[in-house]
Amino acid sequence: MSNGTSFPWKRESSLLEKPRAQVGGLNGAQHLLDVKGLQVGYGGIHAVKCIDLHVAPGELVALIGSNGAGKTTTLKSLAGLLAPAAGQIYYDGKSLHAVPAHRRVSMGIALVPEGRGVFARLSVAENLLMGAYSRCDQAEINNDLARMYDLFPRLVERRNQLAGTLSGGEQQMLAMARALMSRPRLLMLDEPSMGLAPLMVKKIFETIQDVALQGMSILLVEQNARLALQVASRGYVMESGAITLSGKSSELLGSDAVQRAYLGG
Amino acid sequence: MEIFLQQIINGLVQGSVYALVALGYTMVYGILGLINFAHGEVVMVGAMLALSALTAMTGWGLSPLLALPLSLLLAMAGCMLLGYSIERIAYRPLRHAPRLAPLITAIGVSIVLQNLAMMIWGREYHAFPQLIANQPHHIAGAIINDMQIIIIIMALAIMAGLMVVVHRTRLGRAMRAVAENQHAAQLMGVDVNRVISITFMLGSALAAVAGLMVSANYGLAHYYMGFLLGLKAFTAAVLGGIGNLRGAMLGGLLLGLIESLGAGYIGDLTGGFMGSQYQDVFAFFVLIAVLVFRPSGLLGERLAERA
Repeated sequence: MSNGTSFPWKRESSLLEKPRAQVGGLNGAQHLLDVKGLQVGYGGIHAVKCIDLHVAPGELVALIGSNGAGKTTTLKSLAGLLAPAAGQIYYDGKSLHAVPAHRRVSMGIALVPEGRGVFARLSVAENLLMGAYSRCDQAEINNDLARMYDLFPRLVERRNQLAGTLSGGEQQMLAMARALMSRPRLLMLDEPSMGLAPLMVKKIFETIQDVALQGMSILLVEQNARLALQVASRGYVMESGAITLSGKSSELLGSDAVQRAYLGG
Repeated sequence: MEIFLQQIINGLVQGSVYALVALGYTMVYGILGLINFAHGEVVMVGAMLALSALTAMTGWGLSPLLALPLSLLLAMAGCMLLGYSIERIAYRPLRHAPRLAPLITAIGVSIVLQNLAMMIWGREYHAFPQLIANQPHHIAGAIINDMQIIIIIMALAIMAGLMVVVHRTRLGRAMRAVAENQHAAQLMGVDVNRVISITFMLGSALAAVAGLMVSANYGLAHYYMGFLLGLKAFTAAVLGGIGNLRGAMLGGLLLGLIESLGAGYIGDLTGGFMGSQYQDVFAFFVLIAVLVFRPSGLLGERLAERA
């Protein structure tokens, strides 16, 4: 399969280059990410109780719910930072069981963690290079660096500054750019709007939409349910560790239960 | 004036050794928040390995100019393996234990290594062979010999090399990233365990160099030599600000200078009441003073962040 044909949903003039690994025909499975019966617990408490969810290639899926519903725990276990107590995670048709976190990155899974996790004592440029840590195509890495600076012009002026000196919004941009530097096929974002001024939230969400338009598969965790459902095509609603509702974003936005619980009315 | 210059030279030589050892403490602390109290023993093992290798090689008739670098490389390789094993066996299983547990383990490892060394190399002092001509040079009345010049130049070169590795390479970036946030580093694809192992191995290689330097400079090696040296290098790391590489270098050189100037002048200052045998007191006086007046060290800001 050539690059052009395997990503028909991608625009030609993409800011983001093709992901490193190709979708290997998907082995009959249609989903890039398939989670079945996932349970995750910390010290006896089940933070995530038997959830199923999936993300199709090129899809932007929102996972919404209130504080403490288990959204972050779900993302952490998908990234490999937490071991599931039970259940299976399939990525591109392969089980991620026993694949350590650092190897999932080179498979194309990237997580922008809650609180951003930028390296405060590394410069902006070094943070971006850390994003490309699992790659060794130096020329392409340089191209991608230039692309990230195109996508986030604020980062150019600050590239030699320590990341800790950036504002919250700039750090969020850096965290996203850094994740994109790994050329992921599945980008997971944990609360990208958290702690940001409304203008910055708007900017971040525009960028998420841009990236999604270019064919990236995205799993977006947000407390700001309305915002998340406005950009996503599908959504899952999570409550105390379980998924209680799922469907098209438009349906969820219209549903009484979601309206009452998360949209304030 | 001659005495002053002479003490400066001695201080720089001793300080170079402290700096190399202090780097090992500070790198491990920076990345794991752990004081590896067995590090001084790694220095001792480095010295002993180098000495054994040298004796064997010169016994086979190898030229000293070839035997010296070869035994240094051998000692470095041996210490890297030792450092790797210490982390793997003694510290990794305790990675998520309360902080006191690995600290006690470190002391245990230190005792084990001392006793092993005693069993292998015996309790006696080993004379370090005089291998190079070791010409003394006179500078304004003070004396510096070839070995001391080699020690200072090598230490400076190694420290410069380490700074390049840490600040300019992919591995160095990964080390700094792991030091700052292990989870985030994993999300970048960094194999954190591997980086930690490499850090221990790098520190141990520096310890081996330091071990060879001390025993060559004093002409002696002994199974117990790592204890005091390790404590002083730890003091140097704290003085500079533990977790900070530049701090370890600065702290090492400063401590060497303080010790040697102190030992040189204590007799005059106390009217002959105390002599240069009180040299070791200065290091610990410095340690107490730093802990009281500037616990984060000269260049450190990290303690506060981590506490």
